[in-house]
Amino acid sequence: MAEEGSVGIVETKYLTFAAPPNEMTLECGRTLGPITLAYETYGELNDARDNAILVVHALSGDAHAAGYHHPRDKHPGWWDIMIGAGRALDTRKYFIICSNIVGGCQGSTGPSSIDPRTGRPYGLSFPMVTIRDWVDTQKVLIDHLGITRLLCVMGGSTGGMQVLQWAVSYPDMVRLAIPIATTSRLSPQAIAFNEVGRMAIQSDPNWRDGDYYGKTLPRRGLAIARMIGHITYLSDRSMHQKFGRKLQDKSAYGYNFRTDFQVESYLRYKGDHFVNRFDANSYLYITKAMDYFDLTQANGNLEGAFAGVKAKFLIISFSSDWLFPTYMSKETASALRRAHAYVISTEIQTDYGHDAFLLESDQLSSLISNFLSQGMKQK
Amino acid sequence: MGGLTEEIRLPETGAVVRLTPEHKRIISLIEEGTRVVDLGCGEGDLLLALKVLKGVRGEGIELSEACIQACVAKGLFSVHHGDLDEGLADYPDKSVDYVVSTNTIQVLHRPMVLIREMARVGKKCIVSFPNFGHWPARLQLALRGHMPKTPNLPYEWYETLNIHLTTIHDFRDFCRKAGLNVLREIPLRISAPGKSTEVRFLPNLRADTAIFVLEDAMPPAN
Repeated sequence: MAEEGSVGIVETKYLTFAAPPNEMTLECGRTLGPITLAYETYGELNDARDNAILVVHALSGDAHAAGYHHPRDKHPGWWDIMIGAGRALDTRKYFIICSNIVGGCQGSTGPSSIDPRTGRPYGLSFPMVTIRDWVDTQKVLIDHLGITRLLCVMGGSTGGMQVLQWAVSYPDMVRLAIPIATTSRLSPQAIAFNEVGRMAIQSDPNWRDGDYYGKTLPRRGLAIARMIGHITYLSDRSMHQKFGRKLQDKSAYGYNFRTDFQVESYLRYKGDHFVNRFDANSYLYITKAMDYFDLTQANGNLEGAFAGVKAKFLIISFSSDWLFPTYMSKETASALRRAHAYVISTEIQTDYGHDAFLLESDQLSSLISNFLSQGMKQK
Repeated sequence: MGGLTEEIRLPETGAVVRLTPEHKRIISLIEEGTRVVDLGCGEGDLLLALKVLKGVRGEGIELSEACIQACVAKGLFSVHHGDLDEGLADYPDKSVDYVVSTNTIQVLHRPMVLIREMARVGKKCIVSFPNFGHWPARLQLALRGHMPKTPNLPYEWYETLNIHLTTIHDFRDFCRKAGLNVLREIPLRISAPGKSTEVRFLPNLRADTAIFVLEDAMPPAN
């Protein structure tokens, strides 16, 4: 580790708020409290407090976006390629905050947390949280950090939905917004994949209506959900390039149902690996929050939803992303343009599919770094 | 066209933009503080010059990803990655003061559709294009029997993006058929980077480039 530009050793911090009787009222009408939010920060907040960037993560991400937790860590945070000295989110210039989401299982309050009223994990008694709720809780964190206006909110996929929600919910707090590979309303195709993932979890006999904590976990169901997810994050071409029809640890077909192909082995590995770090109920809650995301709902149309936004937008999509194809970003850009917002919209040519936002890319880095530095100059 | 651009340092920011002689003419045609959309805005040089020199609120539409990158690096905040052959659906009728298209209309699949869109969206339109009636082009075809290659039209026929080349005469007819009034014609002879002279005598023969200022002749539909 400690390669050039790395933020080095970092630690996750926690903010707890909304303790009873001051619970937060959620979009669904129910209340939740206390709420803990996990977050990390990199770089320094300047005296003017105008260099703060909020990074929001996708479905399975967490607060650990950059650096390492201890010296023997094998892997850095999930967006380490972007965050550090001299990287697109330059920690010498910017103060970067990465916030986790409520309903997750990586340090923030979620279905696997203990319900203080019962002393037992919430399970399915955890209230439904939406992307608007995630953003409302992140707002509490930003207030707590003493920041009245963020230089930028950015994120990919479900993170991008949070970016759009931030710009709509708190227009005076967002100067720049970078939604990447995302949409203003989840498509029926994406809802369909989410539903198959949820069905895989719910049909695992170990799921027990979500009441599996301290017992055998619904590993199979969650692993299958993750496998399905991974297929949607890649592209036909990237699968050809990455795996082709190559066989895994064998030179001839096995003529049985054990693993033959590398792509099978990869998906099984990804699925098995995922269950060690992710809670099945959180997967249900987070995918449902995605499904409910539709900025047109409040106003009847997207243009109305964006009527009050003040941020300048950089909207990025990827040519081979079939989960959040470019037309979705175009729809967002068009509506923003009709709402008289400043918008840069662009599609990056890549074979890597939806996951491209997590991968090293000169185009992505230079777009983001130029947009930030030009945006910082303008008040 | 690349060889005929001139580097100009803009006041205040000190940013350097590369402008063609027709860009300079177009800048002089546009009033302060107007709203302008540049179709096929390239690397954003004209937009940045208009922003700094004329306080214009400019927006660009551009097909090339690399060009968008350059626009972002210039500090432009309204540029869309889009195909002009898809029209200008995001813009309401007469919502911008000028819709500008420099050296672009001849590469489009459906120039008629776009010119109508420009007239619908813009209170005025400014279109520039290479004049295929320019005498060197005529001579090459008439005497030597070759597809013309000139400083303005430097490509081989099998490589050019110019699929709808036109002359000043034909463009005038085209505007009439499209229902646009010609407010001004500026035929230009471009002699050196940054330098152009307006051609008054036999423009269709002697001008290598033309700029048209247009407006919609059709009353807005209710």
